[in-house]
Amino acid sequence: MKRPRRRVLQGLGWLVPTLYIIFLMLPIYWLVNMSFKTTNEILGGFSLWPQNFTLASYHEILTNPVWYNGYISSISYVLINTVISVAAALPAAYAFSRYRFLGDKHLFFWLLTNRMAPPAVFALPFYQLYSAIGLFDTPWAVALAHCLFNIPLAVWILEGFMSGVPKEIDETAYIDGYSWPRFFVKIFMPLIASGIGVTAFFCFMFSWVELLLAKTLTSVAAKPIAAVMTRTASTSGYELGLLAAAGVLTIIPGAIVIYFVRNYIAKGFALGRV
Amino acid sequence: MARIDLDHIRHAYMAHPRDEKDYALKEVHYAFEDGGAYALLGPSGCGKTTLLNIISGLLQASEGRILFDGDDVSVLSTEQRNIAQVFQFPVVYDTMSVYDNLAFPLRNRGVGHAEVDRRVREIIDMIELADWSKRKARGLTADQKQKISLGRGLVREDVNAILFDEPLTVIDPHMKWVLRSQLKQLHKRFGHTMVYVTHDQTEALTFADKVVVMYEGEIVQIGTPDELFDRPKHTFVGYFIGSPGMNVVPVSVEGRTARFGDERFDLPGTLNAPIGGAIEMGIRPEFVRVGEKGIPARIDKIEDIGRHKIVRALVQGHRMAAILAEDDEIPAEPRVAFAPEGINIYAGSWRVDYEDAMPGDAR
Amino acid sequence: MNKTWNNKAWFMVLPVLALVAFNAVIPLMTVVNYSVQETFGNNLFFFEGVKWYREVLASERFHASLLRQFLFTGLILLIEVPLGVAVALAMPRSGPWVSVCLVLMALPLLIPWNVVGAMWNIFALPDIGLLGHTINALGIDYNFTRQPLAAWFTVVLMDVWHWTSLVVLLAYAGLRSIPDAYYQAARIDGASRWSVFRFIQLPKMNRVLTIAILLRFMDSFMIYTEPFVLTGGGPGNATTFLSIDLVKAALGEFNLGIAAAMSIIYFLMTLLVCWVFYTLMTREEAQ
Repeated sequence: MKRPRRRVLQGLGWLVPTLYIIFLMLPIYWLVNMSFKTTNEILGGFSLWPQNFTLASYHEILTNPVWYNGYISSISYVLINTVISVAAALPAAYAFSRYRFLGDKHLFFWLLTNRMAPPAVFALPFYQLYSAIGLFDTPWAVALAHCLFNIPLAVWILEGFMSGVPKEIDETAYIDGYSWPRFFVKIFMPLIASGIGVTAFFCFMFSWVELLLAKTLTSVAAKPIAAVMTRTASTSGYELGLLAAAGVLTIIPGAIVIYFVRNYIAKGFALGRV
Repeated sequence: MARIDLDHIRHAYMAHPRDEKDYALKEVHYAFEDGGAYALLGPSGCGKTTLLNIISGLLQASEGRILFDGDDVSVLSTEQRNIAQVFQFPVVYDTMSVYDNLAFPLRNRGVGHAEVDRRVREIIDMIELADWSKRKARGLTADQKQKISLGRGLVREDVNAILFDEPLTVIDPHMKWVLRSQLKQLHKRFGHTMVYVTHDQTEALTFADKVVVMYEGEIVQIGTPDELFDRPKHTFVGYFIGSPGMNVVPVSVEGRTARFGDERFDLPGTLNAPIGGAIEMGIRPEFVRVGEKGIPARIDKIEDIGRHKIVRALVQGHRMAAILAEDDEIPAEPRVAFAPEGINIYAGSWRVDYEDAMPGDAR
Repeated sequence: MNKTWNNKAWFMVLPVLALVAFNAVIPLMTVVNYSVQETFGNNLFFFEGVKWYREVLASERFHASLLRQFLFTGLILLIEVPLGVAVALAMPRSGPWVSVCLVLMALPLLIPWNVVGAMWNIFALPDIGLLGHTINALGIDYNFTRQPLAAWFTVVLMDVWHWTSLVVLLAYAGLRSIPDAYYQAARIDGASRWSVFRFIQLPKMNRVLTIAILLRFMDSFMIYTEPFVLTGGGPGNATTFLSIDLVKAALGEFNLGIAAAMSIIYFLMTLLVCWVFYTLMTREEAQ
């Protein structure tokens, strides 16, 4: 009797992920649904799909410079941050994975604590700091501020991947007459290419989704897209259609990035540490 | 303990195999006798692990049936077939102690406490891990872990068969020898049907009563170690067993005479049938004589390996190896001759019998 | 790995050290500075010692948001970790559906946090949101802007929606690293489904699950944007978690001393919990 029951249960295995994915998609569907409705229709009542399909909200967003400037500044600080974080973390992660040095464990823990620091704690001092050095309201301010949590994360992930590379490879390269920088760029980095990709993905992700600091450190010129969106919602009254369309547009870059890394997700999330 | 019948088993990993090439395992039709010790020998990728997994039920064969003592078990699960299997790389339950690891298969089947204890203690002594019994399996070395896997395979007394999938790969050479003789003893004592997969001829020849040689998804010969050595049915068996492997050179045959390049020599008998395909002569290095008689040869290299030496020679444009005793002299103008009892003729890689079978063939 | 002792490795760590220290040490000093001084504007500061700390530690408002914070973090860990593991276990091990599942599941992780809040606001609106409308249609009175319980339900559900995928992906990565031979051996040994989970899958997921719990703990403990956009910390103070309270005190009421002292206490708490996690993790690694 035991066997058939187990078979049935196994046959229904697909149900759990399917239900879970449906649960994930419902709010997104609702956002998309709202973005194709007119404001009147939205406030007029409940409907499962748009009755008067309209692209007006998208048209307004894509023709208004405030909106696409928001996009540009978001993308620029995210990219700057990703490059800085990965570039700085690479040698540091190598040091942690290969060498013992004075205070290494304390340093590693101190780095991790910064990943744990609540941005709310830093919002006000950051505002003062970046105003003082004249970077306020530039993408650089946000990119540098996001290093606070992205660099520790990058070091942590990369260290995991690097520890998976046998030390003999380094030694062989030195015997073959490679200098450290040449060895690192020519031999070592290709070996952990997938780890670098995963790290960049995580840096992109956390910089893209963070908003408290990004909003605090910008006012007009470098305002991130997600902040433009909230402001629209509050200044133009209750324009849910516009808000929804803007929301949909902020999901798209993330979706594109995921699509490109889809084959590395499962491996990458193990952070090289399983 | 059971007799295992493989009834026209074929297996392909793809859903719709179209021709012979798509099958990882070409037709196998054979019976493992109750209580026999068998070795499946062949290079990696020859289908031996596939065959093993089909017997244990980890794989469902695409075609054919499997019978245990005459009962069809083809659709039964691994658990219901009551089989023990040991894998190539150690599988241990990290969070359990060594003792619990060994007790696990018994407890899962509801064996009583006292009986579990008796069996586990016996096995734990045999694999020499008694001092470690309370330790968590996680911290052990690879060969200790493999001993646990081996022990889990041996701990159940009532199994239909015990299957080994290259179990000694990670064990160091000395321990390999010890474990192999323990396995043999165990086989003598309990009489389990044992099937042992390996690519190492020494392991296969010392462990098994009968060796099943596989090549490209096919069984090419089944026989005792002597049969495999003296009368390889397929040139592959000749190459694969013995060190160095059998010499195989192209010849043509007329009656009892074979022509090899410009030279001729006599065969021990007339061939059984008119034969097609490429004709080759196979002769083990042990049967190649180097002296003043026979076909002229050029000696390229002499490897002295202690009790005898291996002579590498070029004969009629073909490389051949010969084994000579330590103190045999090699003349200035060496010639090679073939001892008649060592000459096998192959057509299309398969061996052809002689008409007037020699006493050696009856073995 | 056996590492060689080399103090020159400090040079490799220097860029990271400089960047992080710039962002961490200077602001932290500012916060410490505020936390021990009183200001009446005009950049005039007076040293106050530990007054603000005493005030914060004694204030009921702080106790309440701390309690809410722990309740929230505990709840989401209790839901997200088992749910994530369950989904990961039910996922196919290979095949074309794996990529599809992973891409769809990772999507919530890459949505800006205020968009998550806004999206759930629209989704949960009692009259025109799909969730709110459906719950009300079932005959249950639901309005997250007015009922504390409904607000909690919505905030927790939103976080489950937002972050369970992280646990799924980590657990799935752990599961994928288990060689087939383990499952085969378990079948040979006659192990039950539960035994396979308990003795094979769980031990192998151990490490990634520690990471998952650590990340979820840290991120939920500092949660700000999503509930702020969704409920604004309300109704009343029902969903005012530590970060929301902190920002209210600092920017809303301009109580710099209180906010700074709160920041330091808050930071020390996360530090303590993370230190415990970190020691557990490194000890496990050493084993």
